[in-house]
Amino acid sequence: MSEFLKIDHLSFTYHSLEGETPALLDVSFSVNEGEFLCVVGPSGCGKSTLLSLIAGLLTPSSGSIYINGKDIKSSGKNIGYMLQKDHLLDWRNTLKNVALGLEIQNKLTESSYIQINEMLNTYGLITFKNSYPSELSGGMRQRAALIRTLLLEPDILLLDEPFSALDYQTRLEVADDIWSIIRKERKTAIMITHDISEAISMSDRLVVLSKRPGTVKKIFDIKLSVENRTPFTARSAPEFKDYFNSIWKELDSNEQKK
Amino acid sequence: MSKKSKKISVDSLNVSAAQKAFVRKYLLKKRRIRIYQIIILVSFIAFWELGTYFGIVDPFIFSSPSRVIKTIVEMAMDGMLFYHIGITLIETLISFALVNLIGLAVAIILWWNDSISKVLEPYLIVLNSLPKSALAPVFIVWLGNNMKTIIIAAISVAVFGSIITMYSDFKAVEEDKIKLIYTLGGNKKDVLFKVVLPANIPSMISLMKVNIGLSLVGVIIGEFLAAKAGLGYLIIYGSQVFKLNWVIMSIVILCFIATGLYKLLSYFEKKYSR
Repeated sequence: MSEFLKIDHLSFTYHSLEGETPALLDVSFSVNEGEFLCVVGPSGCGKSTLLSLIAGLLTPSSGSIYINGKDIKSSGKNIGYMLQKDHLLDWRNTLKNVALGLEIQNKLTESSYIQINEMLNTYGLITFKNSYPSELSGGMRQRAALIRTLLLEPDILLLDEPFSALDYQTRLEVADDIWSIIRKERKTAIMITHDISEAISMSDRLVVLSKRPGTVKKIFDIKLSVENRTPFTARSAPEFKDYFNSIWKELDSNEQKK
Repeated sequence: MSKKSKKISVDSLNVSAAQKAFVRKYLLKKRRIRIYQIIILVSFIAFWELGTYFGIVDPFIFSSPSRVIKTIVEMAMDGMLFYHIGITLIETLISFALVNLIGLAVAIILWWNDSISKVLEPYLIVLNSLPKSALAPVFIVWLGNNMKTIIIAAISVAVFGSIITMYSDFKAVEEDKIKLIYTLGGNKKDVLFKVVLPANIPSMISLMKVNIGLSLVGVIIGEFLAAKAGLGYLIIYGSQVFKLNWVIMSIVILCFIATGLYKLLSYFEKKYSR
């Protein structure tokens, strides 16, 4: 597999009148095409900052981000970003909500409605296409948000704790859902979370960040011996517990060092 | 989202006796409230009428319900009533429309440019807290004794508060919703039209409900000082020549106009929120 996204000695500092806060310090790692990478770390370690940098919403203080060897700003690659909450707009129905991205980028044509309907059909939202967000369940809302992102045909997907607003049971279901959609669409994805189990269950590779300023503590290759791997079946893999313990130790050790 | 106003009745199917008792109690309470409201109104009018009839209060300075009705009928006959109501209504609606348009436009500019909003902030606060009736005489000197003055006076009453409220509502839009637009490749214009404005339609409508009342206040103040027609003119003129029937009648009509305009906006509000 080829190196798709490369993060090279990336640092970022926030400035305010109270002073400067280094959020990320010399972070380097890379993601292969089609890979699902999770970033875990204690809260406030700059995880969300990392995604904002990759999405181009912030400009690095130093270091660079490359996609396919080209700087992210000039690569012309599409980056899809899923925020912590679904942020469906209350005054739009499902159809109009998922079309929001296309509408903003002036790509909404007659033929895109065919594609939108296909996706809504595939992911079980077609009967709700005229419903408003308040009438959808948490899982359906999250799926709608993912479709909204996928319709822009992103080359890489960024997920910022996409399940944290859901209750535990829904969370497991939606994680399965979203994971299989991403696999099915063969997307490269980076997800950040503070839930270690969730991270192991979903990722091919897992980056552990330290407390602020975030630096890479360790990178794990997650290899689980289960058939038909899904986030749910992954949890019963024999290696699951060992990964959990070693990641927990990594996070724990940097708790004590502060 | 859909709030259907269901007709509540005791005879709905499949309800337990306890539920029926609860609904019955609710309906009874609602009816009792309505009865009290009617009693207050009727007794107020009755005491007023009887008081003037038996000479307890002087009908010359307090007027009386029957005289008010008589005056309304008389003035309706010769058309003067509708002329004055029409003038006040037109002035109010023009001021109301301008207040909302100016308020919206300025709020958008302030939202768009942080520096402008910071620079103008103290001026807006001063202008908003200033009693606007103090400005009305100045407007007369500048603009003359005419409808222009009345409309400007009415706008000055409502517009500053309107700008400040709308601007802070715009600012209160969830930060992540704005981030969403940027992650989807949008720019500031998209944030304005896809999120900030649509998210604020409900708050804009409730602001309009405040503005319609304030516009009416402003128009009446304006008519007190600079008018040859309108209900405010009738009130001032009537009080000067001791035609208290005119004054009280105008006040009664203003009650109806104010309520009517408010209800009209409530109707649109309900219609919008489905």
